[in-house]
Amino acid sequence: MEHITLLIGIVIVTALVFDFTNGFHDTANAMATTISTGALRPKTAVAMSAVLNLIGAFVSVEVAKTISSGLIDEDSGIKPEVIFAALVGAIVWNMLTWLAGLPSSSSHALMGGLLGATAASVGFGAVNGDVVVMKVLIPALAAPLVAGVAAMFATRLSYAMTRNADEARTAKGYRAGQITSAALVSLAHGTNDAQKTMGVITLALISGGALGADADPPMWVVVAAGTAIALGTYLGGWRIIRTMGKGITDIQPPQGFAAQTSAAATILASSHIGFSLSTTHVCSGAVMGSGLGRKGGVVRWSTAGRMAVGWGLTIPAAALVAALAAVVAEQGDWGVTVVAVLALAVCGGIWLASRREPVDHTNVNDVPGATPVPGAPTADAPQGVVTAALRSVAPPPPAGARRSGEDAATTAAPAGDASDDDAGTAPAGTAPDGAAEGTIPRQATGGSGPAGLSGTGAPGAGARGADARPAASSLS
Amino acid sequence: MDIDWAALGEVFGISLVATVGLVGVFTLGILGSSSPAGGGGATTLARTGAYACFALCAAAVAFGIYLIAA
Repeated sequence: MEHITLLIGIVIVTALVFDFTNGFHDTANAMATTISTGALRPKTAVAMSAVLNLIGAFVSVEVAKTISSGLIDEDSGIKPEVIFAALVGAIVWNMLTWLAGLPSSSSHALMGGLLGATAASVGFGAVNGDVVVMKVLIPALAAPLVAGVAAMFATRLSYAMTRNADEARTAKGYRAGQITSAALVSLAHGTNDAQKTMGVITLALISGGALGADADPPMWVVVAAGTAIALGTYLGGWRIIRTMGKGITDIQPPQGFAAQTSAAATILASSHIGFSLSTTHVCSGAVMGSGLGRKGGVVRWSTAGRMAVGWGLTIPAAALVAALAAVVAEQGDWGVTVVAVLALAVCGGIWLASRREPVDHTNVNDVPGATPVPGAPTADAPQGVVTAALRSVAPPPPAGARRSGEDAATTAAPAGDASDDDAGTAPAGTAPDGAAEGTIPRQATGGSGPAGLSGTGAPGAGARGADARPAASSLS
Repeated sequence: MDIDWAALGEVFGISLVATVGLVGVFTLGILGSSSPAGGGGATTLARTGAYACFALCAAAVAFGIYLIAA
């Protein structure tokens, strides 16, 4: 009994950690475009999203009864070790994709973890292959298409309708509308994803005998899951926000509104009809669609391609980690301990690696008040390798393009009266950032960004920055 | 293996119509509430129409919250 309780406790803590990573991983879905169009300041955006995630955890009482959506045979009961291993796989993959700045589905990571852990523990017989295709592959292909097509037509329509209108005024309206759409996405995310964690914890409690079968989650589980996802959201996955908000395409207010509305409509329609689509895939597709919908809009297909690769790898990678974790964890208490320690070490290593090239609210959208960057991170060789590998996977092109665009904007309009506009405050935000990292990676990516984009992205950004100025100053 | 094409089609259709419809209505609202000539306010008719558009959008948001909570 004693050891079951301890194991259940570890599973609960791990589930909350996964919930936390889920939170900061998926902030981008709701808030990336809101931040990049300047509808909300970065910190305000993540704070609002966090609150809505917390509320979302409480608004619906319908908790997912099956955590795996039928992917695996749950009837025989899932052992706590398997749940633990699955969560470890999902957490590790979430951390890796966050380091790479790739938006990837947290639900898929959890599904992949469950698949891998179950296959390693029980065998492949317990995996329902056709359900995997139905619940994972088809939705993953359909989600970006559905949301993308909707966002594209909506963007076209809004640009056609406002052809003769005052851009500054419409931008103000679109920003307000976008905040509302983003709020809906956040709320839906809190409801869906916090409940996934509640389901996992409840299942663990049931399997440990602490709760009767078919019990509803106790209040402390609801509170803990909601709090974990809200804290994660507030932390903000700035790397992923930058990729979503700037990396795929340059988003203007009408596009942001169209993309976010398409995302909200698609998510709500799909979850209501019961053909559940991944929020991450929906939002990424919506952003791409809005990029295609604007005349002169450029979708960076290389970034989109990297994301697609990340999506494709999510299930196998999380499954692989989870399978290894399951094999070790099933050896008994020491196995669970080893997995827990290794998982902590990996997450710590990834976090340290991320500090070498920090992306936070200061350089995601250039707001003053840089958080202090911890001094030289411990330069372990493996971390260096990981960072280098990931950098080659995901260089953030938007930073360079945007920076040059803002330089153009600030020189073109040196008045700098729009102090609440992001371009006006760019120097303040970038100076500490540059000083802190002067010698490290950013130079490399910043150099390759404009070079690679000079044909298309940089002029576009410059022009956009320049013509955004009058709009911003008349707004403020 | 049975793929629920009907549900997928339904999601596709509803998402498309809802998104394009809402963006269109909201854009109408923005256009109606801002005066094209600058200076003076919009005409009463345009302003009323704009409020109707925004009300429609607000109703859609309320329905969305209802869907989330239900």
